[in-house]
Amino acid sequence: MDPTSEQLLWMYEKMVEIREYEETMAKVYLEGKLPPKIQKGLAFDIGAGPVPGEMHLAAGQEPVAVGVCAHLKAEDAVVGAHRPHHFAIAKNVDLNAMTAEMFGKVTGLGRGKGGHMHLFDPAVKFSCSGIVGASAPQACGAALAAKKLGKDWVAIGFFGEGAANQGAFHEALNLASLWKLPVIFVCEDNKYGISVEKQDSTSIESNADRAAGYGMPGVLVETNDAVAVFRAAGDAVARARRGEGPTLIEVKTDRYLGHFQGDPETYRPKGEAQELRTHDPIPALGALLRARDLLDDAGDARLRQAVSARVEAAYAFGRNSPYPEPSEALLHVFAD
Amino acid sequence: MTTDTKVRTLSMAQAISEAVAQEMERDQRVFVMGEDVGKYGGIFSATTGLLDKFGPERIMDTPISETGFMGAAIGAAAEGLRPISELMFVDFFGVCFDQIYNHLAKNTYMSGGNTKYPVVITTGIGGGYNDAAQHSQCLYGIFAHVPGLKVVVPSNAYDAKGLMTAAIRDDNPVVFMYHKGIMGLSWMSYFEGSTNAVPLEPYTIPFGEAKVVREGRDLTIVTLSQMVQKAVLAADTLAAEGIDVEIIDLRTLVPLDRESVLRSVAKTGRLLVADEDYLSFGVSGEIAAIVAEHLDSVKLKAPIRRLAVPDVPIPFSRPLEQFAIPQVDGIAAAVRELMQLNLN
Repeated sequence: MDPTSEQLLWMYEKMVEIREYEETMAKVYLEGKLPPKIQKGLAFDIGAGPVPGEMHLAAGQEPVAVGVCAHLKAEDAVVGAHRPHHFAIAKNVDLNAMTAEMFGKVTGLGRGKGGHMHLFDPAVKFSCSGIVGASAPQACGAALAAKKLGKDWVAIGFFGEGAANQGAFHEALNLASLWKLPVIFVCEDNKYGISVEKQDSTSIESNADRAAGYGMPGVLVETNDAVAVFRAAGDAVARARRGEGPTLIEVKTDRYLGHFQGDPETYRPKGEAQELRTHDPIPALGALLRARDLLDDAGDARLRQAVSARVEAAYAFGRNSPYPEPSEALLHVFAD
Repeated sequence: MTTDTKVRTLSMAQAISEAVAQEMERDQRVFVMGEDVGKYGGIFSATTGLLDKFGPERIMDTPISETGFMGAAIGAAAEGLRPISELMFVDFFGVCFDQIYNHLAKNTYMSGGNTKYPVVITTGIGGGYNDAAQHSQCLYGIFAHVPGLKVVVPSNAYDAKGLMTAAIRDDNPVVFMYHKGIMGLSWMSYFEGSTNAVPLEPYTIPFGEAKVVREGRDLTIVTLSQMVQKAVLAADTLAAEGIDVEIIDLRTLVPLDRESVLRSVAKTGRLLVADEDYLSFGVSGEIAAIVAEHLDSVKLKAPIRRLAVPDVPIPFSRPLEQFAIPQVDGIAAAVRELMQLNLN
């Protein structure tokens, strides 16, 4: 299945938006965390600044998010992992509320209680988790619900290649295949589980091959290309909607930044990140759009201006929103 | 109002499966999944007869994949279904606790109250039948320790039905922990006080309301689950000796009825906590701390005493197991000893 012109443009715009969002966050995140504003002797203070805590950014991994989410409706569930922004943006999570959450503000998706790894937007059925591998079983549950309710909804479980060595991944694949659930497992192989290379953690070259062990199709997308992901995901989503069961997709993608911001990246060969950026999927898709006369310089500029306005507005909203009252920490342990 | 007031004598297992069946009839969103919940009817008979009534779509046998199906329960609950997910033995929580304590317990909070997860986890607890260290624990203290989980620990059939009905109707995660030695199984000796009169019609028992199982003047035993039945037997013996014991059955640990504990101890001035979980850092310490924090209003006549598993894994051999888990005679002995103690 090939993307329509409209879908190509949507994927391009979303990738531009994700990239700008992540690059903005990389800058905002550093505010207040570096000397001389921090405790003497420290090189970096993770708990300081307007966006404290860990920060895992997805610059470079945009094709996975847009290539899959281009096929989804609001009723389809997405369960993401600890590096969740690209999925959230591609699933149309409220950008203002998501950003406010990272600033710990009361206007955030979780009123400041979740932070960037724990984003919940039930309106578009998005959730994510900071625990590696946890998304796969939960995606099975959303798919089970769709089946029980007689809907053609699908569920996506996104996770990294490191998660494919977790028991949760294997239990979920067996369950999904056994119960023919409308779920698609999407593994982002960005080569590293924090610092450990896939070749040092994984007994098999492609996780897609593991699908055979569970009697489901396994698809390897070998290039970090939105259209290639779109094609693989299109087949998988259509199969799931037809009631034919789950699919496992692995995408070879690129992580341009550290595992988290502040990662010294001593494990990475010098210049690797720069080299990866020479295969940037965003200009590649831009070139395709231009070749098909779907985009010109003026159109690109307009699109980027609109994206910038959205991203800037979201950051301003997050920054300028009020904090929750400290005693709000005591609320919401249970649903009312 | 219904006029159906039919009351039968049911085992706790029968009462639980009746509550589940009635809620499944009432609410199509309720379904059961777990290991051996279907054809077998639950290893501890908590789902007996349900497969015939509701079929395999709603009574789902799962693979031995606790992480897989606990996670699936979370995902299904997020979509508006109301799963009952059976963790056969609580001892098995080690293979799936991430989904329970990092997700089920926290997602509502981390979403600022924007999501809810109406999941009931049912699980068998307790020893006394020589199943050794990996199949005999209570561990309710661990579940109660984690914010975001309601914890229900019934001692008898009547309470079990009302609490299970309330658990299924609750919009929050509930861990429903039934002691194997009070389920009234045909293949394990049990305390007969746990099999009692149960109305046919559905009813709920609110969480956070302890029950005064027996009123008394001299000393309060705060307890829960099977230990309630042991305490009742000990109290009968003690009554013949002229010691008048009050027994508080906590029924739920989260929420915890602190007021009932304090009211009773204020009346008797003496407290024994009888608990089948491990001694340290657990329920017995929590109850003692609640009383200690209120010594301005609660006047103690004697020091607080705790009976619990003395920080050892549950041993296999019968004399060892019976020594490690508090028994009726041990409760009676602890009460007699407490009655001899006096604070100045």
